Amino acid sequence: MKTTVGIFLSVALLLCASFAMRDQADVAVAADNVTLQGTGATFPAPLYQKWFAEYNKLHPDVQVNYQALGSGAGVKQFQQGLVNFGASDAAMTDDEIKAVKDGVVLLPMTAGSIVLSYNIPGGPAEVKLSREAYVGIFMGKISSWDDPIIAKANGGAKFPATKITVVTRSDGSGTTYVFTTHLSAISPEWKAGPGAGKSVNFPVGVAGKGNPGVTALIKQTPGAIGYVEYGYALQTKMPMAVLENHDGKYVKADLASGQHALATVELPENLRAWIPDPQGADAYPIVTYTWLLCYKKYQDPKIAETMKALVTYGLSEGQKDSEALGYIPLPSNVVDKVKKAADQIS
Amino acid sequence: MSLAEAEVADDITIGDAAGPTTGATEISQPPSRLEIYGDRAFRRSTLIIAWFIVALMFWLVFSIGRQAMPAVQTYGLRFLTTSTWDANKAQFGILPAITGTIYSSVLGLFIGTIFGLAIAIFLSEGFLATAIEALLKIVHLEDKRPWASIPDRLEDFLKITVELLAAVPSVVYGLWGIFVVIPLVRPAADWLYGHLGWIPIFGTPLSGPGLLPASIVLAIMVLPTISAISRDALVAVPPKMREAAFGMGATRWEAILAVFVPTAATGIFGAVILGFGRALGETMALAMLAGNANVISWSLFSPANTLAALLANHFPEADRIEVGALMYAALVLLAITLVVNVIGTLILQRADASLKGLR
Repeated sequence: MKTTVGIFLSVALLLCASFAMRDQADVAVAADNVTLQGTGATFPAPLYQKWFAEYNKLHPDVQVNYQALGSGAGVKQFQQGLVNFGASDAAMTDDEIKAVKDGVVLLPMTAGSIVLSYNIPGGPAEVKLSREAYVGIFMGKISSWDDPIIAKANGGAKFPATKITVVTRSDGSGTTYVFTTHLSAISPEWKAGPGAGKSVNFPVGVAGKGNPGVTALIKQTPGAIGYVEYGYALQTKMPMAVLENHDGKYVKADLASGQHALATVELPENLRAWIPDPQGADAYPIVTYTWLLCYKKYQDPKIAETMKALVTYGLSEGQKDSEALGYIPLPSNVVDKVKKAADQIS
Repeated sequence: MSLAEAEVADDITIGDAAGPTTGATEISQPPSRLEIYGDRAFRRSTLIIAWFIVALMFWLVFSIGRQAMPAVQTYGLRFLTTSTWDANKAQFGILPAITGTIYSSVLGLFIGTIFGLAIAIFLSEGFLATAIEALLKIVHLEDKRPWASIPDRLEDFLKITVELLAAVPSVVYGLWGIFVVIPLVRPAADWLYGHLGWIPIFGTPLSGPGLLPASIVLAIMVLPTISAISRDALVAVPPKMREAAFGMGATRWEAILAVFVPTAATGIFGAVILGFGRALGETMALAMLAGNANVISWSLFSPANTLAALLANHFPEADRIEVGALMYAALVLLAITLVVNVIGTLILQRADASLKGLR
């Protein structure tokens, strides 16, 4: 009896070993195909995944795996050389770039807005929020929807006396980074208090995981308000607040207002531009570029070439997918600049 | 038999096998060399694998401890007593997460124990079978073929259903909590806050996700553990004691509460402690339901945070300093869970030992 078990065990071990060898062989056979590994932001993930799937249809030998683990993870794994490219909603800082010995090319690939979604039973159809109002809400100073500061911007529309529940992101995210950067830019009090970052210490509220978590909490909590990506809010049909911009005008989040906001900033040579508070009467106040992080020098020329082709695809064909998914297509002068920058990859 | 003795014994057997063999007609044969070596290889491999698990546990604690060391040195005990988690300012404190973990677990456990124990008693005393049998007797079907097995089948069905609760993935519980439990408790919570708001545990309006929905879902998650082990403990109450209790004229109610449950109490307590361990470490459902707010409040309706949720939420985007702090938090969670589980195991062992003489 014992012997039988012993023999079984050895046979099982042998089988395992042979399977392991066969797996290696498979990888060797697949060597003429190119597989790119990428990690990064969740914000552009739906768009990137669409691009990579479409690209794979055109070029079946190119397989791109993109893991949306978050901007921080994207930068980290990119720095450690674990991936072929990274992606982040917050462009890498000079110090972070210095740490990468193969050199870094930052490529803004798309842009998007962040909106404030809400759930106010018995509230008006359109909610306008002044800067004072939404900073106050997220600071915890305005705690009820019938606050006079909110009423002022809405021209006497009737708000219920519901308590405001602020919903934030519990996980670190580029979305939080962009939103808090904006708040820091418009409110010295916010800057001195919670500040800007991928996860900050919000003074009030509850937190949900990811855009889906935040959206679910807003839907389930009467009186809730929270920040989500425009594309996500669009797809889940969440109401979006009309926000006061730098010029004191109230602007709805949509394609046009996003493009106006992008147009206000001239991209510098290194393609890093933060738009914490865009000027212009038609500009939506909370927008951001999102970057692809590539190495300047790839060990394998084939990978470098594929990477370049992929970027070119995203900048030309790919931009047509942006609007449907709720992203802002890059202005044509930006596309030219990014294309030029992509030439540095070798 | 120690390892060394086993070696000696092996050598002796090999020596015997090599000696003169008995007649081929005999049915019993000394083990062949292959059998002996196979035997020994098997025993050694199981030994190695068993120790590997132990080593894995220590390695886990060690590697977490090593990564937590910088944070332990920087923040010290202040880490356990402050309540700000701010990666921007490198301020880390986990007091709200510790209190939230313990509060939600205790509350979940309290609800879970009441229901779990009730289910365990119901299942171990055969209430369902008796009721169905009585019902069948009324329609004179108690001896008819397909009907007679119904009581037992139904009882099995109930038992399996309760145990199936343990197989539901925790993210499903989380979603169910957000979309079903929160809207369900909201009217009651609003009423309690409105009318009894002066009592601290009803002191805040329901924020949506919060301690109460989290605890209710936790209760459901620990229910199978508690009911299964409690049932085993109740079934293990010696028949002698049952008969003695009824023989003394106790009613069923008295027998259950005054004799069976106290006899099985250690086992039940062990079940509760194991459930506690499960509740402390539960991550996904709580990350979705507790509200992830660093708030310390007595209120059941207030949002809270737990250690496991804190880890799950902050790891992906954490930088080096924050990772150290998270590792420290992981160490604290590990310590709490380990202590609770060790206590549970010890109590269960004692429960077995105390019943030994009675069986």
